[in-house]
Amino acid sequence: MTAFLALAGVTKRWAHEVTVGPVTLDIARGEFVALLGPSGSGKTTLLRLLAGFETPDAGSVQVEGEEVTRLPPARRRFGMVFQHYALFPHLDVGANVAFGLAKTGAERRVAAALALVDLAGFERRRVQELSGGQQQRVALARALAPEPRVLLLDEPLSNLDPTLRERTRRELRALIKRLGITTLFVTHEQDEAFDLGDRIAVLSRGRVEQVGTADVLYEQPATLFVATFVGRANVLRGAPAQALGAANGQVLVVRPERLRFGAKGLGGVVRERRYTGAAAFFQVETEGGERLEVLAAPDAARVGERVHLEAVKVLPFAEPR
Amino acid sequence: MTARERGRVLAAAALTLLLAWLVLYPILLVGVDAAHGDAIAAFARRPGEWQALWASVWISLASVALAAAIGIPLAFLFEWLEFPGRKTLGSLIALPAVLPPFVGVIAFLFLYGESGFVARAVQQLLGLAEPPWRLQGAGAILLVHAYSMYVYFYLFTRAGLAKLDASMLEAAQALGAGPWVTLRRVTLPLLRPSLAGAALLVFMTALGSFSAPYVFGGGFRVMTTQIVASKLNGELALATVETVALALVAIVALALIRRTEGSDVLFALGKGIAPRRRQLRRPAVRGLAAAAGWLFAFVLLLPHLTLLLVSLVPYGTWTTETLPPQVSLVNYQRLLAEPDRLAPLLNSLWMAAASTAAAIAIALAAGALVRRRLPWRWRSPIETLIALPWALPGTVFAIALAATFAVHEPLALRWVLVGTVVLLPLAYVVRNLPLTGRAVLAGFGQIDPALEEAAASLGAGRWTAFRRVTLPLLKPALMAGGSLAFVAALGDFVTSIVLYTYDNRPISIEIMSSLRVNEIGVAAAFGVILMLVSAAVLGVGARR
Repeated sequence: MTAFLALAGVTKRWAHEVTVGPVTLDIARGEFVALLGPSGSGKTTLLRLLAGFETPDAGSVQVEGEEVTRLPPARRRFGMVFQHYALFPHLDVGANVAFGLAKTGAERRVAAALALVDLAGFERRRVQELSGGQQQRVALARALAPEPRVLLLDEPLSNLDPTLRERTRRELRALIKRLGITTLFVTHEQDEAFDLGDRIAVLSRGRVEQVGTADVLYEQPATLFVATFVGRANVLRGAPAQALGAANGQVLVVRPERLRFGAKGLGGVVRERRYTGAAAFFQVETEGGERLEVLAAPDAARVGERVHLEAVKVLPFAEPR
Repeated sequence: MTARERGRVLAAAALTLLLAWLVLYPILLVGVDAAHGDAIAAFARRPGEWQALWASVWISLASVALAAAIGIPLAFLFEWLEFPGRKTLGSLIALPAVLPPFVGVIAFLFLYGESGFVARAVQQLLGLAEPPWRLQGAGAILLVHAYSMYVYFYLFTRAGLAKLDASMLEAAQALGAGPWVTLRRVTLPLLRPSLAGAALLVFMTALGSFSAPYVFGGGFRVMTTQIVASKLNGELALATVETVALALVAIVALALIRRTEGSDVLFALGKGIAPRRRQLRRPAVRGLAAAAGWLFAFVLLLPHLTLLLVSLVPYGTWTTETLPPQVSLVNYQRLLAEPDRLAPLLNSLWMAAASTAAAIAIALAAGALVRRRLPWRWRSPIETLIALPWALPGTVFAIALAATFAVHEPLALRWVLVGTVVLLPLAYVVRNLPLTGRAVLAGFGQIDPALEEAAASLGAGRWTAFRRVTLPLLKPALMAGGSLAFVAALGDFVTSIVLYTYDNRPISIEIMSSLRVNEIGVAAAFGVILMLVSAAVLGVGARR
């Protein structure tokens, strides 16, 4: 696979201690990649380095073999949807979408772009009159209208209310897949990343910890950070870890659904039960005082009951320095 | 209607009537006076009148253009670039604001006038027999206007730029727009409310400007000087027609500029942060920017320094030399020791203080009534009446009050106040209303109504809640509005020259008479005192 979009050793130093990168990442044509990480992990900086709003101190960005590292944003032909959409308040919807287009044929392309996001006929509306979901779609239409090579989305769903968010997520994925445009998408929500991304790059403290599909990240996390940031995880050290089969000095990560109540194993008392319908989460306190989360059938245990825990699958990691 | 609601409506009605009597009534009377008699015909017949009216308009337009040409680039420079001394210079650059208009004008006279420092230096240097230039006519007026009014564009543009959302600019770039296209299609349109606000303020200030045309006009007349000349010539009927003409120009201009202002919802969508300042990296560029900045600040400070130096010149000691041969504090000593000299200072202080206090009291009453307690049909007249004096030049109000309170008709609510000491401070109150009113109404608007309700739920009565919650929260607004009003009244010249009497002659009038008898040192000393008091009061008012 030759990469359509290639980041090689991209580094941005902010202050003394805060550095993003070096990040190396290859993205195929038409691929939808999510950048997932906690706040301050550098995912937005990475997106802005791609867009050209920041210039890296080292490394290179290439699109289709063309070097764009120092190209100003205006000449990159990358579309971007901003977190708060950045719609121009002095222009109507049509003029917003037409902003990046040449005069000739703009009208037709604006209509086409608006039809794409299901806002046909909205040209003369003022952006202030639109709902949050509509504003988000106008921002998307505006970014797509000039037919960019790469689409960059900066937490585009974070300003929508939860019910709208899930529907918009599906529509966004369907649209982007239909257009076949290479897309990078920043989020701090695992659900969003899992739902949208073909692949997910997990970032922590400016570095890419792991890149892979959702299954791989969940089942075969490369680092302790990925294991705990992606999905629910019990982290065990010392004696309880060894009781579940860890070697000396290892940290053990166990998913709640990989623990089950048995006749022997790690002993403890059920302190809490949180019912979710199909299953229940049980908080088990071990003799050492650790709390473990177990996902099991709703009637698997009662609060106050003494239980033993067995692990079906554990993820061992070396203790990070 | 409950008793409490009835009380509010009664209070609103009383306040509306008081404001209408103070603000609207004199203007209407002048309008009626002007419509009677043959003064209109006389006005229309004389070409000089039309020339003065036209001069007022084009001088104001040119002042807007000059102030914008200086103020807007400076605002971009200080808001978007980072260079050594940016913060210090950024505040120095607003210094012309502490020079009251008339004091600024005499400082220019001492500095750039035909016998000023610069002219003397050039004359000496080139060995000329005559001063190299005369500071007179339209060019001189525009020079003073550009100096004193670019500050409005500078401050408004900076405020607008600070509110600008960086992601708007980035969005434009991501869509392929280069820096110039972004400036033209995004930045400037987004700044439009700020720029229109500054343009309006400069136009109105220039239209009402009196000191610069009065001192530098020579044969060049604008409407404000024309009105005062007619009044001093005893042609009161003609003065009223001229006043109405000037007022009409002001109102038309206000309406036109308001229309281009656009809506203030422009920023409603912006939630982002202002763009980061760009560091100037190359040492040569940094040095150049800093040097240009300091040089500019020095030029801006020259009038202040000039005033200070001239105030130290004893009477009759400075004749042909470039710099005064002797300096001493004798002018200040005379000023403080001679009761006749001290009187104008005390007059100005008490009139400024009293008129500011009255304007604040009215603004507070209006704010308390207007804010959420009144039905809409009461709010609007109160707010309009408070803002009206701002829309009309000071000369207009001076003439209107002089005409209104020159007759004794108690049934028409007119008494003879001309020639008494109360008329001038009353005029200051009217002129101060928009300053205190705007600040206090905005201050009320920023207070969460839930706070007073919280005070009420904790057992505080209406007065207690006002005193212990609202008033402390309003303090910054009161300080800001009050300091502006105090400084405006203290340095006023245009109203004073029409309405003063010997017993309440203010500083600006005393400066003028000192100049007449060539006591430039005393005039400058008064100017320095005005400047220092203004700077101190503005400094206190700007503190948070």
